[in-house]
Amino acid sequence: MIAALEPVAERFPEVVWEDSHGQRVARVPNAQWYDFAAAVKEAGFELLSDITAVDWYRSRAERFEVVANLTSISIPARLRIITTAGGENPTVASLVPLWPGANFPEREVYDMFGISFDGHPDMTRILMPDDWEGHPLRKDFGVGSVPVQFKSSPKAV
Amino acid sequence: MSDTRTVDFWVAGTEEPQFTPTDEGSQEILAEETGRRLDEQLGRVVEDDYIFNDEAPEEERMILNMGPQHPSTHGVLRLQLELEGEIVRRCKPIIGYLHTGMEKTAETLSYLQGPTNVTRMDYLSPFHNELAFSLAVERLLDIEVPPRAQAIRVLMTELNRVSSHLVALATNGMDIGSISMMIYGFRDREMILEFFEKTTGLRMNHNYIRPGGVAVDLPPGWKDDIARILEDIPKKVRDYHDLLTNNPIWQARTKGVGVITREEALAYGITGPALRATGVAWDIRKAFPYSGIEQYEFDVVTGENGDVFDRYLIRVREIEESLKIVEQVTDSMPKGDYKVDDAKIVPPPRGRIDESMEALIHHFKLYTEGFRVPAGETYVAVESPRGELGCYLVSDGGARPYRMHTRAPSFYNLQGLPIAMADSIVADTIATIASFDPVMGDVDR
Repeated sequence: MIAALEPVAERFPEVVWEDSHGQRVARVPNAQWYDFAAAVKEAGFELLSDITAVDWYRSRAERFEVVANLTSISIPARLRIITTAGGENPTVASLVPLWPGANFPEREVYDMFGISFDGHPDMTRILMPDDWEGHPLRKDFGVGSVPVQFKSSPKAV
Repeated sequence: MSDTRTVDFWVAGTEEPQFTPTDEGSQEILAEETGRRLDEQLGRVVEDDYIFNDEAPEEERMILNMGPQHPSTHGVLRLQLELEGEIVRRCKPIIGYLHTGMEKTAETLSYLQGPTNVTRMDYLSPFHNELAFSLAVERLLDIEVPPRAQAIRVLMTELNRVSSHLVALATNGMDIGSISMMIYGFRDREMILEFFEKTTGLRMNHNYIRPGGVAVDLPPGWKDDIARILEDIPKKVRDYHDLLTNNPIWQARTKGVGVITREEALAYGITGPALRATGVAWDIRKAFPYSGIEQYEFDVVTGENGDVFDRYLIRVREIEESLKIVEQVTDSMPKGDYKVDDAKIVPPPRGRIDESMEALIHHFKLYTEGFRVPAGETYVAVESPRGELGCYLVSDGGARPYRMHTRAPSFYNLQGLPIAMADSIVADTIATIASFDPVMGDVDR
């Protein structure tokens, strides 16, 4: 355990702490996502490195995992915080009020997985076209393919 | 012939010509003009007439669409600029024009095919992408690559940093009007790309660093090639200092332009030279060393003002620092294997397949199903020329990644554009974009 995080761990007893290949991981209940992130930021993790998501389609009760990688420049240390989201409209609290830099990655997660971020100032698609249907990185979204026509093929038009 | 006559040019050593000044074309100075007006006319006082202090009414603002085909947007970046006369009041980057779904593609490729995919993300620093992916796979497999493979990885990534920064300097120069810098940058980068081609077979998109080591050993005579690079590039860097660093036009165009502060950079997740330009000595190579890079001596270059000039100067200095690492790696290159000795992960040499049944089976299994990786998740970051390049890898125990996410430095750095550009003039937006050095393949993936 990183010393700076001990008071945070005491404040949030529901959070499960793990070790994943030498990295600290905190599994946070969805309802405490924002408060926990705020406490961790207060404890010295001033840089939000990354936000992404994983789709555990049909293999877990709560379908989505939202993953944030935090970095402390002063210590230096890394911490990964993970929460879950499920149901018809998966929603997680937005971290934009804490780190304005969460804007783009949260829009990317919304675009790719259809997870909404509560309190995000501009919850729109970022990489896919605005009129795109579906969320491409979900596991039930097909990879798709473009038919290739060969010159010698008799079926070629 | 008279003694005084008008001479158009004067040859040194001959008699100095006599000029008779006329008042043709000069303005008559009126008696009632104030001293200040007089100073302005004579050029003693220059006042920018385009900075308005008052907020203009809404209808006087204009939305200008810049890109995605604008030549200075480094690919297909589109900016919506809200202009008030010549001043950018707000700016919104719009991205996605180069989105090819590489994270989705990665889920359909085996771990051995993975580097082929990720190397095409940031096409100016392909080795860093391959390295981040390979390190993530190796951490899940819990294997350590041999010292020679680590040294080759450091050698290639640091040379790649030099070639990438050379392109950054070239495009930055071109955008502000220094066409010579563009030619020089691309010319000098070719020297390094030739070495890459000799080693990996390709100038770009190498697929060279793979899980378990590197694809092939360094070619015969590689030390001579490196020696030539180490001799030539520092000379060219001195040329850049003469051409740009001490050039008053370059300084006037870049100093105090596109400023971001330390707090803004941290809040927006900006890393790499853009963060170091604000004075934060943050480098993944020092904080979380990878591939044995902690054995080599180098300095983390920082700036002070966080402007375009500082970001430019940091890149030039980082070229020098990277060459220091390259020199140390070349001198201390360990002997031994360039990939792990594990037939379940690394394909057998071609010669073994003809004589060993076991090698044939391993080869077949690796190129059809691929190797399986224990279930788990990890995040590995390397210091790419643009900042923190991370790979978040999730495995469910199969032969393909369950989820592969790349933390693209350009994607996060782009968020700094609106802050760096706010209340600057349109001409400075070009300099600001170039100084962040975004690679759109990295942004959109």
